[in-house]
Amino acid sequence: MAWSVLKRLAEIAAVLFVVSVGTFALVDLTPGDPAITVLGEGHTAEEYAALRDEMGLNDPFLVRYGSWLGSALHGDLGTSLIPPNSDVTERIAAALPVSAEVAVLGLAMALVVSIPLAMWSAYHADGRVDRIVGAGTFGILSVPSFLAGLLIIMVFSNQLGWFPRAEWVRLGESLGDNLHHAFLPALTIALAETAMFTRILRGDLITTLQEDFILAARAKGMSPVRVLFSDALRPSSFSLITLLGISLGRLIGSTVIVEYLFALPGMGTLIIGSADKGDFPMVQGAVLVVALIYVLANALIDLSYGYLDPRIRRAHV
Amino acid sequence: MSQRHHTSGHHTSGHHTSGHRAPDAGRAPLLVVDDLRTEIHTPRGDMKAVDGVSLTLDAGETLGIVGESGSGKSVLGRTIMGLYTTGSTMTVSGRVLVDGADVHALTAAARRELWGTGVGMVFQDPMTALNPVKKIGLHLTESLRGHGGLSRAAARARAEELLRLVGIPEPARRLDQYPHELSGGMRQRVVIAMALANSPKLLIADEPTTALDVTVQKQILDLLGRLQDELGMAIILVSHNLQVVAGRADRVAVMYAGRIVELAAADALFAAPRHPYTEALLASVPRLHHPPHSRLEAIGGAPPDMVAPPPGCRFAPRCRYAREDCRQASPVLGPEPGPGGGPENGPGNGREAARVSGSEPGGEGARVFACHHPVRPVTAGGS
Repeated sequence: MAWSVLKRLAEIAAVLFVVSVGTFALVDLTPGDPAITVLGEGHTAEEYAALRDEMGLNDPFLVRYGSWLGSALHGDLGTSLIPPNSDVTERIAAALPVSAEVAVLGLAMALVVSIPLAMWSAYHADGRVDRIVGAGTFGILSVPSFLAGLLIIMVFSNQLGWFPRAEWVRLGESLGDNLHHAFLPALTIALAETAMFTRILRGDLITTLQEDFILAARAKGMSPVRVLFSDALRPSSFSLITLLGISLGRLIGSTVIVEYLFALPGMGTLIIGSADKGDFPMVQGAVLVVALIYVLANALIDLSYGYLDPRIRRAHV
Repeated sequence: MSQRHHTSGHHTSGHHTSGHRAPDAGRAPLLVVDDLRTEIHTPRGDMKAVDGVSLTLDAGETLGIVGESGSGKSVLGRTIMGLYTTGSTMTVSGRVLVDGADVHALTAAARRELWGTGVGMVFQDPMTALNPVKKIGLHLTESLRGHGGLSRAAARARAEELLRLVGIPEPARRLDQYPHELSGGMRQRVVIAMALANSPKLLIADEPTTALDVTVQKQILDLLGRLQDELGMAIILVSHNLQVVAGRADRVAVMYAGRIVELAAADALFAAPRHPYTEALLASVPRLHHPPHSRLEAIGGAPPDMVAPPPGCRFAPRCRYAREDCRQASPVLGPEPGPGGGPENGPGNGREAARVSGSEPGGEGARVFACHHPVRPVTAGGS
């Protein structure tokens, strides 16, 4: 057990190492020059050379990577190249909770809706509800998220006026206001995720419902709801859980469209805006943090397999 | 000829369950199945998995149902229980009365109540009949708490008692184990304990030993016999294996292509089969006293396609006694039919079977079979 945990941690470290090298190499691989970003237009060649020297850009790659990684491990991701030259770690610490909250809220909404929906569909497979759900989820999946977001804003914000469209209220300021503002972005995210979760879970549930142990549970006189929740859901949730982990990582780092539509100061906006301005330390730091979350989320998912199926616990974790 | 002789010899030694039967002339049978039909709708057409089966079963009695794979015996068991009901994928007609209650007319909730308390089922494969992600204890306690209304602690105590009853060592420890931590035989004991949780009056055992190795098979069958002695329940023992049924069933129904082709007291049936299919089944059982490497009698051909069964007797294409009339008209299930066959198989067929089977005074030994040209009894079989 201890050995397998160590192995797991080593794997995580290896992935993060590769990601960090890749992120850091952005400076060398992408067009643009941090020194130009800082100086802007109208500078002399001497000024440029001096700044490059000062920023350490002339040092060999490994030296630069080593000093960046050393600081990063101490929580210091550098400072922004753009005035007011804020601290990268602080900026990420401000943006991450916004993205994480909207993503988690959206995924929770998706799970709450998709699990019963998938159960009904699977239990009455090929029935009327199942057909409607099948067509509906397919339709939702084929709508691009910016369009869905715009429609949601139009209906709930512009016409009904139930929810604000922009302006973010921090969780610390007021929980009610915060949730009020987070609802529509979360709903926009939840829409596509619900459709995906429902389809995946429905398929797995239909397979599970063919199992003898489902028949055995029914033969004991268990109610359909009880059979679905107590016997069918857990063995059917592997694909769903896997998808959930991938979605969580993806949503935190790259919900740019949703963040843009609702003017959320989240990670997606931070990364895209910084990349656009050539603010390399900011992009590097943010990408590293997103990668870390991705890797941790998936490690957590892997651990959950052992919870879902006791037969995996002994074999390998 | 010789096989017949052997079977009769075999049987006299193994008979021990007839004593369970306590015929009570004044009372209605525990189970009445009347002209039961189960059609499974497939893309190719409607498959007549059970095609007009009638039988009765008294409290405490054991009925064996034997037949090849695909004869409809498992579907029959599940339809009797009401696990298979009319829905989008199948149509069920006919009646099943358990203790007077029409299983297929009950509401879904009432049927669940019946499953919880009146009828239990033991499944074929203990590897798949238990949920791999649930502890043994939960398998047992959930129905105890749901139907028995027991508290958590009481259900756990009862679950432990049930595991002890089915002969599982260290029952308290087993409650917290998962199915994969138990052997196949142990798992089947758990499946039996699950079926017994709320003391059913009728236990349907669907190939309860098929997935187990031979030594464990005997243990499980002995366990079922012992439980029947202790708890006084009726058992329907479904098996493709005649030896499983021999010596354990009071009566035996032989199924072929969705119908009962012969039904008789077990000793009479084994001693002198009247239906050619029964005879062929008995002949295909290997015997210990056969010389080594002797050829096993097999039944040639395969069971008919139940989407479009052949006209006339369904066994005729594989029957060595078949004549022209067998392919024309379906023989009727009854006691000693007259020459030339009876009317087309219809609902009346089933009624007759119900009338002549065990529920009637003195009817226990009565044998019914469906054949135009039955095997002639050589010895004075039956009663």
